Amino acid sequence: MFGYLIKRLIQMLLVLWVVSVIVFLMMSFTGDPVFMVVPIDATDAEIAQARRLLGLYDSLLVQYWKFITSLVQGDFGRSYVFRQPAMTLILERMPATVEMVLVAMVLAVVVAIPLGVYAGANPNGRLSRIIMSSSLLGISLPGFWVGMVLIYLFAVNWGVFPSSGRGDTAEVFGLRVSLLTWDGWHHIALPAITLSLGTMAILLRMTRAGMMEVSRQDYMKFARAKGATRRDVLYKHGLKNALIPVVTIFGLQLGDLIAFATITETIFSWPGMGKLLIDSIYRADRPVIVVYLMLVALIFVVINFLVDIVYTLIDPRITLK
Amino acid sequence: MTAFLRTEFFHNYTRSSSAIIGSALMAFFAVAVLAGPFLVAQNPYDIASLDLMDSYKPPVWLDGGDPRYWLGTDGQGRDVWASILYGARISVFIGLVAMMASCVIGTLLGLLAGFYGGIVDSVIMRIADVQLSFPSILIALFLMSAVGTGVDKVLIALTAVGWVVYARTVRGSTLSEIEKEYVQAARVAGLPNHKIIRKHVLPNVLTPLIVIATIQVGTFVLIEASLSFLGVGVPITQPSLGLLIKNGFDVLFSGLWWTSVFPGVAIMMLVFGINLFGDFLRDELNPRLK
Amino acid sequence: MKDAATPVLLEVRDLRTYFHTFSGTVRAVNGVSFEIGQGEVMGLVGESGGGKSVVGFSILGLIDSPGRIEGGEILLEGRDLVTAGEDHLRDVRGREISMVFQDPMTSLNPLHTVGRQMDEVLRLHSDLRADTRHRACVEMLESVGISRAAERLKAYPHQFSGGMRQRVVIAIAMLANPKLIIADEPTTALDVTIQSQILKLMRAQIADKGASMILITHDLAVVSEMADHITVLYCGNVVERGRTRDLIENPAHPYTRGLIDSIPDTSERLDRLNQIPGSVPDIRTLPAGCNFRDRCPRAQALCATEEPVLAPQHNGLMAACHFPLQPGERP
Repeated sequence: MFGYLIKRLIQMLLVLWVVSVIVFLMMSFTGDPVFMVVPIDATDAEIAQARRLLGLYDSLLVQYWKFITSLVQGDFGRSYVFRQPAMTLILERMPATVEMVLVAMVLAVVVAIPLGVYAGANPNGRLSRIIMSSSLLGISLPGFWVGMVLIYLFAVNWGVFPSSGRGDTAEVFGLRVSLLTWDGWHHIALPAITLSLGTMAILLRMTRAGMMEVSRQDYMKFARAKGATRRDVLYKHGLKNALIPVVTIFGLQLGDLIAFATITETIFSWPGMGKLLIDSIYRADRPVIVVYLMLVALIFVVINFLVDIVYTLIDPRITLK
Repeated sequence: MTAFLRTEFFHNYTRSSSAIIGSALMAFFAVAVLAGPFLVAQNPYDIASLDLMDSYKPPVWLDGGDPRYWLGTDGQGRDVWASILYGARISVFIGLVAMMASCVIGTLLGLLAGFYGGIVDSVIMRIADVQLSFPSILIALFLMSAVGTGVDKVLIALTAVGWVVYARTVRGSTLSEIEKEYVQAARVAGLPNHKIIRKHVLPNVLTPLIVIATIQVGTFVLIEASLSFLGVGVPITQPSLGLLIKNGFDVLFSGLWWTSVFPGVAIMMLVFGINLFGDFLRDELNPRLK
Repeated sequence: MKDAATPVLLEVRDLRTYFHTFSGTVRAVNGVSFEIGQGEVMGLVGESGGGKSVVGFSILGLIDSPGRIEGGEILLEGRDLVTAGEDHLRDVRGREISMVFQDPMTSLNPLHTVGRQMDEVLRLHSDLRADTRHRACVEMLESVGISRAAERLKAYPHQFSGGMRQRVVIAIAMLANPKLIIADEPTTALDVTIQSQILKLMRAQIADKGASMILITHDLAVVSEMADHITVLYCGNVVERGRTRDLIENPAHPYTRGLIDSIPDTSERLDRLNQIPGSVPDIRTLPAGCNFRDRCPRAQALCATEEPVLAPQHNGLMAACHFPLQPGERP
């Protein structure tokens, strides 16, 4: 167990290191950040001075060394636009994103698993066909477009939901949380639904595929040969086995939700870190982009690690090695 | 041909409503993409053919609709239907070309990794692993933010995220194929690698690749649309369906919904068609499920 | 084919189980009849693809679409299982007839403990209290030769070896004291050294409980040690049946002869293994006449036109052949 944790930790650091190299290289070869920090009417001398300050005259290796050492020391640079530490900017906005992603995930799971189990257990039923066609439609829809249509219908036309912003929040342990106020729920409903649709469709299809795969297994037939009802066999023997592949993609789906949150936040003007990323891309605010990517990379490796742990809880065959 | 009509594949195709609807939608878009400019009177990129007097006309079935523009017009008097036909060309072009590039590069890298193993294999597969733990949209978004907008750049970004799945599949098949005794024997006897690849590896891996490639076109169309919607995809001079939606979004709050809703419906129909057909292919071509 | 004295437990009459697929109807079982007396062991023998397993699943009513029992009767102590409802079949499964599958690696649920999977049978078929059920499971597990049974009940299947898992499967099958065990290739997936242990165990369990058994296998060597009677299937039809000794020593059907000759004999050095030439024909497009004629050394013109029916032969054997072998005769 201890050995496993060490091994995993090294793996996680390795991934983060690879990401840092890629991020650094991409950032170095593209664009010139100097024009972000100097005024428009800057003289050549001023520009050269700014370059020196930014360390752009150093060799790539030296630049990378400076980059990675300051990252390790917890110095993530300051936003060119806000003139504030980039990490502070992102951490301020992170709770809003996390909140929306979690609501979307819960929504997706609560809808997808029961429907997927049903469709997998009755593959030829009429309702199952409707469920499956809808889910295929769900993965064929551009998420941002769904958000727009929802805004048009519920906000512009009927005026029952707000089209943007986060609404009132309550403070818990210094964090601003929407989910504790009615207004907060009112604001999070449309973005969370928009965000959840894709994941919902994918989880549903995975659950169904898992159920169908499991129904072919010998142990299902053996359980029936013991005299168990078809229903009991499906739910007591099948479901847990069917959910193993679903758990595998759960981590990836959480990652997808964080990624797609950037678009959803942009549409609904949700003040989260995803919208900050898009705004920073428009403004070429390089430090913020870098910190966002490193932070998201960290979140992803942690999620993958947690998924592996959950895995061992469900499947006794898997041991942490 | 008549032999094909008698196969189980064709038989199941005629029985599968989703396969028929899927291929009908795909056929519709094939016609739209190939013949689009001949189907509409207006060229939405030709400023001379636009008339600002015709701007923001609603669809023909609403009050104030103009029979010349059955899906309405946008702020420059551009026919939404014509824009969709031209936009679909760009979306489909990007999806197809990026898919082919991903397929070629991914297959080559997968063969390299599978055949040579060792350090080549490790490097390629570790990159693939790291990449797979990140959502494609985020990687593409990051690449686009670094290289700037443009059709060529979208193609590069999509290919950069798309090759992994081919590389993994091909590597797996290659490994299992060169394990087999007759291939081992052929290698010992001096059969050149390209013959082993052509005779044994590719035929085995072709079926899953067809399914992956089909579905990937749909995925790419969606990613491109998202990128363009965010303003980091295609340039304004070559509006894909996603960019049309973005342009329409700006006037949505004034109630002018048709300029953004119809391009979205077009994307949905296109990707839904591809996915329906892809699903059918996967069910048919995956012998494990039968 | 039971001995006159023993009462009949199960009688299968003209069973037909077909699979309706795109490429045609597969008549996997096409008019099979046999009887099993109480406490008897019957071997159901044939090459793979001969419909043996389908007979087993048909008896338990576990034929899934696109398969269907098209006709015939399966009488368990006089009650027909073909026309019985699902509720009745559920009472029969596990309690009166239980089954042992071929591959112990896949027939146990990997996510449930062995104890839970054993307990399930008792929960389904008895009103015993939890502690009584637990005791029964411990005893059963010990009686199939698994030590530290109480502890092992908490283990998961992957913590057992293949042979041990098959012991667990047998324990599950015997737990509710069934009258009939259907064992579908119970030793095929196991190491040769384990095979005889498992067979011995099964024989002891059946003798102990007075149960009957259908032993489905392609391995005549296994069946000749275990069975009182043998039924030989070919292409979904019974081609020969009779008492084990008579059938092994002097088979009347050339197919049975072929099966016997292809048993590797360790006592004498053979230059080659005597395989039956050719392979099982495509069951979807069987021609008229005898299904075995293309592989049969004795086939004549009659065999191509007229399908042979089961008829009495020497030593009380029944065989479906126009030109049956006489005792001592080689084809």
